[in-house]
Amino acid sequence: MANWKAIGGSVAVVAAVAAAGAGWWAYDTLETSRSDVADDRVTLADFKADPEAVARGEYVMRTGDCAACHTKGMGDFAGGYEIATPFGVLVSSNITPDATGIGAMTERDFFNALRQGIGQHGLLYPAMPYTAYKNLTDGDMHDLWAYMSTVPPVRNDIDETAGMRFPFNIRLAMAGWDMLFFENTGFDGDPVADRGRYIVDGGGHCSACHSPRNLLSAEVSSKYLQGGSLGTSYAPEITSNEYLGVGGQSVESIAQYLRTGTDGVAVAAGPMAEAVEHSLQYLSDEDLTAMATYLKSVPGSDAVAPPPLAADSLKQGALEYEISCSACHGPRGEGMGLLAPAFAGNAAMLAPDITNLSHALMVGGRASSTHENPTGAGMPSFAWKYTDAQMAEILDYVRNSWGNAAPPVKVEDIAKMRADSGARDKLSIPQ
Amino acid sequence: MTTKRQKADVVIVGLGWSGALMAEELTRAGLNVVAIDRGAWTDTSTHTPPSVDPDELRWSQRKELLSPPRDNTATFRNTLDQTAIPTRNWGVFELGGGVGGAGFHWAGMGWRFSPWDFEVRKQTIERYGLAKAEDGELQLQDWGVTYDELEPFYDRWERIAGVSGRAGVIKGEKTGVGNPFEGSRSRDYPTPALKTLRAMELFNDATNRMGLNPFTIPTANLSEPYVNPLGVSMGACSYCGFCLYFGCGNFSKSSPQACIFPVLMRRPNFTVLTKSCVTRLTKANDGKTVTGAVYVDEQGNEVEQPADIVILTAFMMDNTRILLHSGISKPYDPRDQTGVVGRNFTFQTVSGTDMWFEDDNINPFIGAGALGSQIDDYNGDNFDHSDLDFIGGAGILTLSRDGLPIAKANALPPGTQRWGSEFKKSYAKYYRNYATIFNQGCSMPTKTGYMDLDPNFKDKFGVPLLRLTYDYAQSDRNMAKFTMDRSLEIAREMGASHVNGFNFADKPFTTAIVASDHVIGGVPMGADRPTSAVNPYLQSWDCHNLFVVGASAFPTNAGYNPTGTVGALAIRTARAIADTYVKNPGALVEG
Repeated sequence: MANWKAIGGSVAVVAAVAAAGAGWWAYDTLETSRSDVADDRVTLADFKADPEAVARGEYVMRTGDCAACHTKGMGDFAGGYEIATPFGVLVSSNITPDATGIGAMTERDFFNALRQGIGQHGLLYPAMPYTAYKNLTDGDMHDLWAYMSTVPPVRNDIDETAGMRFPFNIRLAMAGWDMLFFENTGFDGDPVADRGRYIVDGGGHCSACHSPRNLLSAEVSSKYLQGGSLGTSYAPEITSNEYLGVGGQSVESIAQYLRTGTDGVAVAAGPMAEAVEHSLQYLSDEDLTAMATYLKSVPGSDAVAPPPLAADSLKQGALEYEISCSACHGPRGEGMGLLAPAFAGNAAMLAPDITNLSHALMVGGRASSTHENPTGAGMPSFAWKYTDAQMAEILDYVRNSWGNAAPPVKVEDIAKMRADSGARDKLSIPQ
Repeated sequence: MTTKRQKADVVIVGLGWSGALMAEELTRAGLNVVAIDRGAWTDTSTHTPPSVDPDELRWSQRKELLSPPRDNTATFRNTLDQTAIPTRNWGVFELGGGVGGAGFHWAGMGWRFSPWDFEVRKQTIERYGLAKAEDGELQLQDWGVTYDELEPFYDRWERIAGVSGRAGVIKGEKTGVGNPFEGSRSRDYPTPALKTLRAMELFNDATNRMGLNPFTIPTANLSEPYVNPLGVSMGACSYCGFCLYFGCGNFSKSSPQACIFPVLMRRPNFTVLTKSCVTRLTKANDGKTVTGAVYVDEQGNEVEQPADIVILTAFMMDNTRILLHSGISKPYDPRDQTGVVGRNFTFQTVSGTDMWFEDDNINPFIGAGALGSQIDDYNGDNFDHSDLDFIGGAGILTLSRDGLPIAKANALPPGTQRWGSEFKKSYAKYYRNYATIFNQGCSMPTKTGYMDLDPNFKDKFGVPLLRLTYDYAQSDRNMAKFTMDRSLEIAREMGASHVNGFNFADKPFTTAIVASDHVIGGVPMGADRPTSAVNPYLQSWDCHNLFVVGASAFPTNAGYNPTGTVGALAIRTARAIADTYVKNPGALVEG
């Protein structure tokens, strides 16, 4: 999943920190008594699962979105997803019951890996969200184990860290990171009564993208779910904040978005489309409703709407919008059914970080394609048609019309996106 | 050497509207379907997104979405005593160049045929006597399926395509709006009719004054956002007018791409092989079934796709040619009218009028591919033919389709200077003041209108080209003259200052002139085995696991665009296969 790329990058930074602190040993984080409930004799390859546990475990797998990172064209769960970092390439592991996968793991090994980041070849990089999976209950873990035993084994020998440069390829370095940022505890609430929070913070690992991270790539707990940058995309605030978060949306519309990829206003694209396609669309209405209810209760940022930009300054953007955008996004920013997102009433479009908007204009995008809403319409690139300044005009217009208000877009942010994404320049007109 | 692929439950040849509709039904029923299409993969977001300027030169003049003539031509002659030669440019055969077929670049007319169109022979004899039906030239035959039997499948197609319109007759009751002559519908259209534009307004006012019954043509250009029964979303038409020969960037023109592929491509039991051209079918030793389809892939390799069920959903010319080349069923012989494959080629019989106004603002740049007004007062058998020298009629319509400036440069009143400042002045004025009335006339088969394999010309695979022998029936010629006169009356009533009628049927038919591109027939359906190649479920009479679907099955052609009827027949056949045939393979109809 693309959103891990940024995290993976930061992991390497952390590795440096941890290497500096080598010799330190975090007894607490390596204390594995939570795994005592798991069997330590039968390997995954030999495990005979109970069908009911398998069915439940498949659901846990969907909740955790394992396929997003562990399936990449080499067979289901056979790994091979490359996570580019400034310090090398990290490759996701084969988690099928093959000998080249995790077939030799016992259930205890599995528990240690998922909930504590202690893998069979050493410590895991936190690109694997054990920081969230630590919240999974013993029951869900048993079921997930049972499910994984039914996955067809695929022979695919992966050296996860071969592409990482020294010293970032030393897994032991993660001990330092764990010591600083990993709290070795389970879910602190009632997984039934607090079902929404249990999924959001556990399998769903929402905060992995939607919380900002510090310089050492750890989530900033004081800004929990208040929006996080992922490099080429931005995971917006999903708290009760009414201006930028989901506070203004109904529980039903949030649940509909999670289940189908759109609530008729926002449309999931990019990494969120992957989360919806691989994971969220498989969750029950009850669970999606619980998640939505919880998100609406999360304290948000203190962001409030600024006064909208003066209408006079938006005229050129309005003209460009009418020419190039209105056919699908509507003359009044109302969107097009379930097909193309609305701008009116779409809080995520107003975030101070405009990465998603500039990326869509430069590169284009593709909406999620789900069982219920399979269309998956495309947003074309307009890099050839508009300059950076014109794109800023368009964005200022949509972010300050139809009841919207947002600070002006910086042309240099758009220029940076054009450079970073490798998008072409505006087509030149022969003089 | 021919390599063999793993056997499929079903092989579908041609992934246009028919193929996509059938693949959707059959994969949903659990069958493993392989579709083979000679075109490349083509979809809205990749190939015709809204950021690609709708370039008239590229798409409409040079026809970039169409399959090039070198891949699709046929030879042609008017009469049996002539030598046919190949058509070397686009003419009436306007096939799509990619998957989706012509369903991707079509205009989007969302018609049903009228009840009369399925029983032309029976009803003509009943109302006017045998002599009217058998004039020595005509070869009338009925479809073996009635409008009422097809109605649920028309309804299903309209729901999938999201057709915009206004019902004229629901459950036998006239609604007071819409087309009062239409066959009874089970319910209204899924989306409301598009807006009435200026040319339509003039037409509606004039025909109302004349006591006629104008209505808005049903369009597969959608008036509002829509989610079809498959869960696929479509957008509202923006009246940009770039529909015919263009792909619709904002998902508002129905097509296999916009309406079906999003679900079809998700299904693990569906496979499409692109850039692969089927040349023939393989037959079982006993000749009673077919065993698969043989195609030539992009690299020129010959590959066989075995299957339990073979469905031809290619263009009508190709359905016919594949059967002839595979030696399936008896070819039609025009000398004694025996044989069935290649029989009953028909076209459409088109007349109408161009007209120009002096100080109006038709503003043709606001439009939609299928948008227009029509009267059916002179269509089908909606008027008394007792004292007329023809049967059938035409949908008389005006279009608010497009304002393509290159094409419209030719639409000037007779006598207007065609160069210099005078031309520019006239064009600036008449571009905004031009309208047309188009009579989309029915076409009745004749004993000598047919297709067979050409004895002289072959395609790039060495397969003989199809040879078309056809000219208009005299009945159709008379009809076209009659309806042209009606259109002239309407044009004058509309207040046009210049009225210039046209009639394509006052000359010999030619494949080079696109009066319409609705060529049909060749594998006619029917309940009467000696005169039909497929039964009323489009199942081959001779090979029960072969279904030949599309306009090739029409035994007669109506004064409407064919796509809705093609869609309805395809869905009906797919349901018959899924519900009945797979449980007990064999003839669905005794014959």
